[in-house]
Amino acid sequence: MNELIDFVTLAVVLFAIGIYGLVVKRNAIRMIFSIEIIANAANLNLVAFSRNLHNAQGQMFALFSIAIAAAEVAVGLGIIIIAYRLYKEIDVEEFRSMKG
Amino acid sequence: MADALFISVSILTVGSAIVALETRELVYGAIGLAISMMGIAGFFLLLDSPFVAMFQITVYVGAVAVLVIFTVMLVRTQALFSIKEDHRRKAAGIVLLLVFLGGISALVLTSGLNNAVFSKFNKPAIDVAAIGKQMVTYYGPVLILLGITLAASVIGALALARREDIEQKNERVD
Repeated sequence: MNELIDFVTLAVVLFAIGIYGLVVKRNAIRMIFSIEIIANAANLNLVAFSRNLHNAQGQMFALFSIAIAAAEVAVGLGIIIIAYRLYKEIDVEEFRSMKG
Repeated sequence: MADALFISVSILTVGSAIVALETRELVYGAIGLAISMMGIAGFFLLLDSPFVAMFQITVYVGAVAVLVIFTVMLVRTQALFSIKEDHRRKAAGIVLLLVFLGGISALVLTSGLNNAVFSKFNKPAIDVAAIGKQMVTYYGPVLILLGITLAASVIGALALARREDIEQKNERVD
């Protein structure tokens, strides 16, 4: 039978993968992928603890977190499209100035 | 101890997360991310929270993955294929990954969470109706605020992505 510790360990693994992607990748879209993986690891923890403690707050917080992550992705991809239009590149090292 | 279903779903999730970050073509990366999110939804189902699982599938697989794939299509392919990766940075990233993995796992496994009594899911699952009731009563204002945030972000994304030069040209033609 599954236990809480399994889910927490899996969330740690996903979190480490997300940190790796955020550090190594210079492609803006891949950095958004990493952020999504980290956010999902956090949500997994929330729901696992909610199940263990029999408390609906964890699930509620996970639902709000998922909705906020969707908004964040929409704005992030909009910014990437603008940056691509300005620099013809989605490498974050090429984004040198904030001037439009 | 984890059962076989948990282990197979976790291999799928972690494997496709690695594929999302490491594959050469970004479209395959987006598909890998979508599969990874499906895996997370599977964990939510294993945790007896079907509502969060359905929400996860709707938002991540239905909206976010499609949005990412459209962005990848809009961005010129040549920019996607040029991988400028430093080997030293990659090695540093792997070291960081192992440090995080080892450090936090050691912390979790030596903590009180790894207790045979506490770690069991011996309490009843949360009813979906209770979540719905709480969402419109206690969390009602938060829900409204969330709707406003989502609307603002969608309008903001539209405003960011519109092209004024093309619009001005069209106005002149009219």
